[in-house]
Amino acid sequence: MRKANAILTGADIFFECLKREGVEYIFGYPGGAVLKLYEKLYDIDFLQHILVRHEQGATHAAEGYAKATGKVGVVLVTSGPGATNTVTGIADAYMDSVPIVVFTGQVPSHLIGNDAFQEADIVGITRPITKHNFLVRHVEELAATIRKAFFIAATGRPGPVVVALPKDVINSSCEFVYPEDIEIRGYKPKYKGHLNQIKKAAEVISNAKRPLLYVGGGVIMSGGSNELAIFARENKLPVTMTLQGLGAFPGTDELSLGMLGMHGTYWANQAVNNCDVLVSLGARFDDRVTGKVETFATNAFKIHVDIDPTCIDKNVIVDLPIVGDVKHVLAELAAEMPKPPVVDEWWNQIYQWKDECPLTYEDNDGRLRTEFIIEKLSQKTKGEAIIVTDVGQHQMWTAQYYQFNHPRSNLTSGGLGTMGFSVPASIGAAFAVKDRPVISISGDGGFQMNMQELITAAFYKLPIKFIIINNSFLGMVRQWQELFHAEKYSFTDLSSSNPNFVKVGEAFGIESYSTDNPKDVDSLLNKALSVNDRPILVEFKVVKEDMVFPMVPSGASISQMILRRLNPKGML
Amino acid sequence: MKHTISVLVENHFGAFDRVATMFSGKGFNIRSISIGETEINEVSRMTIVTEGDDQIIDQVVKQLNRLIDTIKVIDLTGSNHVERELALISIGLQKGSMDEIKNICDIFRGNIVDINNKSMMIEITGPPDKIDAAINVLAPFGIKEVARSGTVALKRGEQTKFQKKELSTN
Repeated sequence: MRKANAILTGADIFFECLKREGVEYIFGYPGGAVLKLYEKLYDIDFLQHILVRHEQGATHAAEGYAKATGKVGVVLVTSGPGATNTVTGIADAYMDSVPIVVFTGQVPSHLIGNDAFQEADIVGITRPITKHNFLVRHVEELAATIRKAFFIAATGRPGPVVVALPKDVINSSCEFVYPEDIEIRGYKPKYKGHLNQIKKAAEVISNAKRPLLYVGGGVIMSGGSNELAIFARENKLPVTMTLQGLGAFPGTDELSLGMLGMHGTYWANQAVNNCDVLVSLGARFDDRVTGKVETFATNAFKIHVDIDPTCIDKNVIVDLPIVGDVKHVLAELAAEMPKPPVVDEWWNQIYQWKDECPLTYEDNDGRLRTEFIIEKLSQKTKGEAIIVTDVGQHQMWTAQYYQFNHPRSNLTSGGLGTMGFSVPASIGAAFAVKDRPVISISGDGGFQMNMQELITAAFYKLPIKFIIINNSFLGMVRQWQELFHAEKYSFTDLSSSNPNFVKVGEAFGIESYSTDNPKDVDSLLNKALSVNDRPILVEFKVVKEDMVFPMVPSGASISQMILRRLNPKGML
Repeated sequence: MKHTISVLVENHFGAFDRVATMFSGKGFNIRSISIGETEINEVSRMTIVTEGDDQIIDQVVKQLNRLIDTIKVIDLTGSNHVERELALISIGLQKGSMDEIKNICDIFRGNIVDINNKSMMIEITGPPDKIDAAINVLAPFGIKEVARSGTVALKRGEQTKFQKKELSTN
C-alpha cells in the first residue's frame, strides 16, 4: 500500500518547494494577497527574506543575485500594484536572459476578473516579457507549477518566469506530492550541437586568414569561459566581446580586443569589418553591435552558435548555424580543429589599428573625468571586483576601461537599458558574493530612480561601494542632443534640481563622500575598498560635457566611427 | 508569400493568447487563425495563415516553437495538404433573386441553412479561394453579413500522425 503523503496548505507547499529548489534568498515585499505566505515566512529559517522598499528593487536584486551566481533569483510580491511594480525588472530579465522566478499574489479565484481590490491581470501583462508564466488555479497544481517555473527559468536560454498565486490557492490544502522529475513536452532545450556542423565550422576556422570570435553573454551563462579560453589560446584567435559578454574572456589577455559595437574599440570594430570568418558565440547580433546590418562584416563567413534557434537568422543571415549550448559546442569545436589557422599577418593588422587609435581621454587639465575613475578602479581591484553599472555614459566607460578578469563580474542592464538597475542589483549581488568587492556605479540620473534601496543595503550591512558619477546631466542623452539634436539640451540638465547626494546617503545612514578633484580619487577609492562591514557612498562630480568615444551613430555602419577626442594620431 | 502553419498546443489556459501575443509583439501578420480540439486529450490544433518572406516565416516557425505551450509546429506550405474553410453568407432577397442565388449555391455545393422573406443564409465549405469566389459571385445580390471560420488544414497521407514520444506527458 502506498504511504499516504502529508496534507499541507498551499503556503506550506510553497516553502517546501522553495526549500527543495535550494533557494537561499527571497527578495520581497508583503501585502494583502500574500499574507498567508508571510505568516509562514515568519518562522522559516532555511532561507532569508530580504525586505526591499519597492518591488522593482526586488526584481533587480533577484537579477543581480542571478547574474552573479547563475542560480535562479526569487521574488515574492503581492497582487495588483505589487505585481505591476515588478514589470520593469521582469522585462529587463527577459532582454538579458536572466533566470528569475517572480511569485506574485493574486486576488481569490472567485474574484478574478471582478476588478477586485488590488487586482491586476499580471499573467496577461507579463506574457510578452516572460519566458513563460502561470496562474495557479488549484492548490493541487502548485508543487508541479513551482517545479516547472524553476526548470524553465534556469534551463535552455534562461529567462524570467512569473507565477501568480490566488489567495485561496495559498490558503487551501491538499496532499503534497513533489514531482522529482519534470518533463514538459513542448520544451526540450537542445544542448549538444550538431557534430557535422561543428566539424564544418572547425574546418572553416582552420582555413581562415582573418578569423574573429564575437562573444556574447551566452558564453557566461553556459559557464563556457574556460572552453572559450582554451579554444582562443590554442588557435590564437582574437576575441571581441559584447557588453554582456565582458568577463567571458579576461580583458587583460593579449587576445582580447575589448568591446565591439556602438562604443566599442576602434580595433575591434575594424576587425569585425575586415574579418573573413566571424564566429558568434552566444551573442544575438543586437543593433548596438551591428550598426547598419547591411554593412556588418559583409565579407565574412558567419558562424553562429546559440542555444536559442530564434536568434539565428533573426537580424543577420548567417552561413553556418549551430544550435546548442556554447560550452558544449566550444569544447567540441576545439577538439575538431584540424590545425590552427595562420594568423600572424592578421594580428599585425589588428595591432596597427590599436596603435593608430587607442582608447584615450583628456587627463592633464586637472578636471575630474569618469574614464580616469574607472581606470583607477580597475587597477586597484585588479579586475577582480563585481561591477554593477546603471545605464548611460558611465556604463560605456566602465565597459571600455574596466578590465574584467572573470565571468559574472559585469552586471549591467544591456538589452532593456534600465536606469535604476545598479543600486538594487548590487544588493542582490552582495548577498551572493562575499569574497570580492561589489561596486555599484550609477549616474546622477539613474541613481535617483531606485535610491530608496540604499536603506536595504544599510539595514543588511552590505559592504557595497555606491559610486555616483555626477555630471549633473543625463549624460548619454545630452551626448545625443549635442551630436544629433541641434544642441537642444531638452530636460537633461539636472544641475539645479539634483539633491545633495552626500546628505541623501547620510539620511539612509551611509557614510558618504564627495569630490570633484582628481587628486582625491585614490584616497576615496582606497577608503571605499577598505570598508567591509557596511555600505559606503562616494560621489564624483565629473566634467559635464564629456562624451563617450569612439561612437558609431545609430543606424550607421560600424566603419563610420566618430573618433573625436580620441587623438587618432593624424590617421583620419 | 502566404503560408499555412499547423500548430499543436497544450490545451492550457491562455495558450491561444500566447500565440496571438507573440504575433502582435513581433509584428507578424495573421490572415486567419482557427483553433479546436484534436483526437488527443488536452491538445488543441491551431491553423494559422500568415504571410511574409522566407526570413519572416522562418522566424514565425521558430518563435512558435519557442513558446513553452507549443508541442509541434509544421509549415504545411509546399507539402501536400488539404485546406478547408467554412463560410456563412447572409444575402438580402429581392423579387426573383432567390432562384438565381439557389443556382449559385448549388454550383458551389453550398447549403441553404436559413431563409425568410427578406434574406437567406447559405453555408459554403471549401478551400479559401472557393469561398472568395462564392462571395464575389454573390456580391451583386447584396451580401448582408459574412462569417468565415478561417482555414483548417491537415497534411495528406500518414505523415500527420505524431509520434507517441512527442506527445507523452510527464
